[in-house]
Amino acid sequence: MAERLLTTSKAISEAIAQEMKRDDSVFVMGEDVGAYGGIFGATEGLLDQFGPERIMDMPISEMGFIGAAVGAATEGMRPIAELMFVDFFGAAMDQIYNHMAKIHYMSGGHVNVPMVLMTAIGGSYSDAAQHSQCLYGLFAHVPGIKVVVPSTPYDAKGLMTQAIRDDNPVMFFFHKGVMGLGWMTPNPRATGPVPEEPYTVPFGQAAVRREGSDLTILTLSLMAHRSLDAAEKLAEEGINAEVIDLRTLVPLDREAIVESVKKTHRVMIVDEDYKSFGMSGELAAIVAEDALDYLDAAPKRLAVPDVPIPYSRPMEQYVIPSVDRIAAAAKELVAE
Amino acid sequence: MALNRDELLDLYRMMVKIRTFEERVGEMYYEDKLPAFDIAAGPIPGEMHLYSGQEAVAAGVCAHLRPDDPVTSTHRPHGHLIAKGEDLKPLMAEIFGKKTGLCEGKGGHMHLFDPNLHFGCGGIVGGGIPHAVGAALAIKKRGEDRVAVSFFGEGAANIGAFHESLNLAAVLHLPVVFVVEDNLYAISVPKSVSTAVRSNAERGAAYGIPGVQVDGQDVIAVYEAAQEAVGRARRGEGPSIIEAVCYRYRGHFEGDAEGYLKPGEKESWKEKDPIHILGAQLQGQGWLSEDEVAEIQGEMTALVGEAERFARESPYPAPEEALEGVFA
Repeated sequence: MAERLLTTSKAISEAIAQEMKRDDSVFVMGEDVGAYGGIFGATEGLLDQFGPERIMDMPISEMGFIGAAVGAATEGMRPIAELMFVDFFGAAMDQIYNHMAKIHYMSGGHVNVPMVLMTAIGGSYSDAAQHSQCLYGLFAHVPGIKVVVPSTPYDAKGLMTQAIRDDNPVMFFFHKGVMGLGWMTPNPRATGPVPEEPYTVPFGQAAVRREGSDLTILTLSLMAHRSLDAAEKLAEEGINAEVIDLRTLVPLDREAIVESVKKTHRVMIVDEDYKSFGMSGELAAIVAEDALDYLDAAPKRLAVPDVPIPYSRPMEQYVIPSVDRIAAAAKELVAE
Repeated sequence: MALNRDELLDLYRMMVKIRTFEERVGEMYYEDKLPAFDIAAGPIPGEMHLYSGQEAVAAGVCAHLRPDDPVTSTHRPHGHLIAKGEDLKPLMAEIFGKKTGLCEGKGGHMHLFDPNLHFGCGGIVGGGIPHAVGAALAIKKRGEDRVAVSFFGEGAANIGAFHESLNLAAVLHLPVVFVVEDNLYAISVPKSVSTAVRSNAERGAAYGIPGVQVDGQDVIAVYEAAQEAVGRARRGEGPSIIEAVCYRYRGHFEGDAEGYLKPGEKESWKEKDPIHILGAQLQGQGWLSEDEVAEIQGEMTALVGEAERFARESPYPAPEEALEGVFA
């Protein structure tokens, strides 16, 4: 039988629907999650299936409804709260980093906060400084939040199912460019095989998307797609890049990182988040701590160079890593 | 009617100017994006939130403002900025992402700033409300007679910052006017689902602030309410809130399938087009002829055409300019 193909957005909404059928305590709250189906389609079709009692459109009261998700979770519900763009989280930050993240720990482990907070990330379509950020590094920095950043439809479904079943707060970051939306720049990698039955993808297990021997590219989300495209170009020039899709930042698969670097002796981190004090620095530090003796060159970082995302296309394309710039940086690293 | 012919014609001309600008941007937005819509393509990429249908609010309020009165706006900002007196050329150039744009291509259509007009806006709902309070605080500290105005949607009136701002403005007795544009929907979510009171003007009472709800399709009603509120603020009598009930003719953003609308809903609101309402009133009084209608439209089309030419012919910023300007 032919494999069933889904877009990432449909894979996410299917995971939510299946878990809602399995578990009455699961419900969705967010802005435009109902009739609209989520601005990025993550809740498409759910209102028709489950009705407004379980697919709840929220007022633009982010502190209120994200805090309410925290409160419902402490009472044993499993809310999935969506807030459209990660850029909007500032309005609810206290509930996220002081409450959602810390209640379990502060309670001495007596109170759980089993909720999912999902949002869209990323740029490359001229949505400018307040609608194009990634910021997963910011949330991964705060202890107590699991951080999931899928790049494929298969992973999106399995990771979402895992996220809903997890007894901890999980932030689920889907990149607009990996969702397979009809109104975004077409991305063939945003559609892929997804089994119909429920399944989980465990947290903390990176995926080797492409094996290689000359360098390791550590990445995730849309940058995994671009790194794979770059790796194909590099292969034409005889350079074999290993591409590792981290899939979750918290927990992080340190072992996969270290094992790959021991094999290739060169590592490049490709990140769409800001460069300083973020994912790329953390991964470089891990490599330095655990695999320094295996390195033939210093780790290389390709990330957004510490500027807000500019609107105008030539400037935006300059700051977000592209396939060509990933390939060029890889070549430089291999030549070192 | 307290307004004389010239005042009414100014309001009419301003609304036509905004509508003409927005409709032209709406046409150009689809260049090179079709047939398979790609939001990243074309001369105007990214999201686009147009103000068509809501012109009476910007025109009616800003008629009372001076260039030095601070205004904060929203993700749907063009109308407010045009009514504040902005030159269409640098505005259009910014929408095109050009070096000659208001923000040199860094901001884009949702992030427009003009210090000469004391104007700012942003893409985060409700983000501008406290800024207006802060601007009013600066005005009060300096003993000036300027007035700060914040435009925002009815959706934003459910964000904490709205309530905190009203309280702060009241307790500090600041010269600020809060203008809620109730266009019935926060993207797809209707006010009845999101808001516990019928009118956000009523919420002023919780903070001791006078509030009034007006017909936002009727520019004269908006003008009169704003005259009272801006006058109060300018005389140092404190903040006010106005809710103007209006309608988005082009949905939340370009490409909005608007599946959440009731059948015939938009058509019924188009029968209450604010430009037509004032036009009919003016014509009824013999203050506006058919020829003058065409003349005004022609003038505005020409102005927008000049802005378009300027934007198209302007250069893009150099890619490396992205690295400049993080700090002063």
